Amino acid sequence: MFYRENGQFKTSYRADQQIFPVRQDRIAVLVLLALAFIAVPLLASEYLLRAVGIPFLILSLAALGLNLLVGYCGQVSLGSGGFMAVGAYTAYNVFVRLPGVPLVVALLLGGLGATAVGLLFGLPSLRIKGLYLAVATLAAQFFIDWAFLRIPWFTHGSSSGSVNVSGLTVLGLPIETPVQKYLFCLALVAVFALAARNLVRGHIGRAWMAMRDMDVAAAVIGIRPVHAKLSAFAVSSFFVGVAGALWGFVHLGSWEPAAFNIDRSFQLLFMVIIGGLGSVAGSFFGAAFIVVLPIVLDQAPAWLGLPMSTALSSHLTLMVFGALIVFFLIVEPHGLARLWSTAREKLRLWPFPH
Amino acid sequence: MGFLLETLLGGLMAGMLYSLIALGFVLIFKASGVFNFAQGAMVLFAALAMARFAQWLPLWLGIESRMLANTLAFVLALGVMVAVAWAVERLVLRHLVNQEPITLLMATLGIAYFLDGAGQTVFGSDIYKIDLGLPKDPLLLWPRVFEGGVLVTPEDLIAAAVAAVLVALLALFFQKTATGRSLRAVADDPQAAQSIGIGLSGIWVIVWSIAGGVALVTGVIWGSKLGVQFSLSLVALKALPVVILGGLTSVPGAIVGGLIVGVGEKLSEIYLGPHIGGGIEIWFAYVLALAVLLVRPQGLFGEKIIDRV
Repeated sequence: MFYRENGQFKTSYRADQQIFPVRQDRIAVLVLLALAFIAVPLLASEYLLRAVGIPFLILSLAALGLNLLVGYCGQVSLGSGGFMAVGAYTAYNVFVRLPGVPLVVALLLGGLGATAVGLLFGLPSLRIKGLYLAVATLAAQFFIDWAFLRIPWFTHGSSSGSVNVSGLTVLGLPIETPVQKYLFCLALVAVFALAARNLVRGHIGRAWMAMRDMDVAAAVIGIRPVHAKLSAFAVSSFFVGVAGALWGFVHLGSWEPAAFNIDRSFQLLFMVIIGGLGSVAGSFFGAAFIVVLPIVLDQAPAWLGLPMSTALSSHLTLMVFGALIVFFLIVEPHGLARLWSTAREKLRLWPFPH
Repeated sequence: MGFLLETLLGGLMAGMLYSLIALGFVLIFKASGVFNFAQGAMVLFAALAMARFAQWLPLWLGIESRMLANTLAFVLALGVMVAVAWAVERLVLRHLVNQEPITLLMATLGIAYFLDGAGQTVFGSDIYKIDLGLPKDPLLLWPRVFEGGVLVTPEDLIAAAVAAVLVALLALFFQKTATGRSLRAVADDPQAAQSIGIGLSGIWVIVWSIAGGVALVTGVIWGSKLGVQFSLSLVALKALPVVILGGLTSVPGAIVGGLIVGVGEKLSEIYLGPHIGGGIEIWFAYVLALAVLLVRPQGLFGEKIIDRV
């Protein structure tokens, strides 16, 4: 009844090609942005912003980047944690070695560093496919972990790769309190989400999707696999690298390579799969699910009034987490984004079934 | 020369264990197309079950003989692994038929988390010992041929023999029995196999049970050497490059790949490590596998991948 597009005629090419062709969608996105920018910082407690809001935003950005590669271009990567690390440490090096570089520039340069490494490790994808490629990308993960742990130049000589940054400012404004951090991340994530949304509906995105659906056929109709696959690796690594830099600079403040280990890669892949492959909104759903679930599971015994040792509760958390993942994959293998689009289809027809 | 041989032997021993884990991967992948990330968790789970049953059984039943207790514990642990296989088929695989390989892969990661948590909840999370009563004193081989001789522990030799026997038994099973033949039929072409009356779900239970059994043997060998603890579950990450190096669909590939990686790791750590910083065995196997894949994208022994439009 409220979500219906009849009466909205498209009379120009511009109107036909805009990102959100349905008016209700445009309004919903604006309302959502207003809520995120204004209501959340006013209402949420500092703990909530620090423990949920900021990690959610940064990991959404990383999941979005990974989704471009896995969901749109069909190249499974298990090395995204490593690319986050490259982003974080590149940005750190820029920040420390070139004093006076603005924070945003350092973050973006971190993204570019990750792009370079991503391109390098994307090269094998031209020859290796499917699960072989998935395992091969683990080479990136382990090699990068090792490099930041063992090669002192990358970490500015600090032992075991642990580094820290402080005194972050953007345009003269400090980034210190959770609210400031949250707003900074939100602004960046919003820009990147818009960019992603635009990329995937354009020429590049269509080339990626053709590559995903069947690479031989795509090559036959004139899409160059080298361009399509490497651009996917480059863009995806850029997103993931910026997310890694944000994770280090804004969320953690001080970090070591273990913050970006293989568990992070798996976590990101979970977000992409549970959220929905090939969906920008799905990356956010998946990130929200994976960020919130462990926190809820940690608190659950206390809420239920069950006394439990920490070891036991951490093992139970692991069990429930695993079981829930399997459960979600069984119930909706196409991810939460599919549930969302089904709901939207239902809403379009409501209250009449046909 | 003696030192080099010792290194080689040590590498082969480690490689043999990688081969066993890789074997579990390959068996499951061939039969069900599932890339089973949970193999490492299954090794941990099986080893925990074995270690704890061997501890509990003498208390429950008052068995004196360690041999008997170990045997019973092994049988019980095997039963547990069959139950796990059945539950995995019934609760997970059956509902995910015809899904994307990546979805199945993530589901096995979920299973891995679950098994890690369940194993430590049920069996405890300390470091346990599996005491098989094997002799541990090192043997000195060929002291006359090489200067200083070559040191090996009989434990390692027995472990190698057990692994070899296991592989031989599996080969016999696959070649000579009706069940083995239907397993191979499913591996070749699931649809054709179904059309001649082979039930997929039964096959999956069997193949996951076999993988569970292989995991148990791996866990027992590894656990009796280094103790049963959580890090056992991370060994699977070491076996992944073995699988792609040898080829996802090849049992001989898993074995040869494991030995190559085991030896390569040890040699690189000794001869390459000092030049570029230690700890390179973390990524050496992966980079080796990557290099091999660039030449042969299907691994050393894998079936050639043919793209059709």
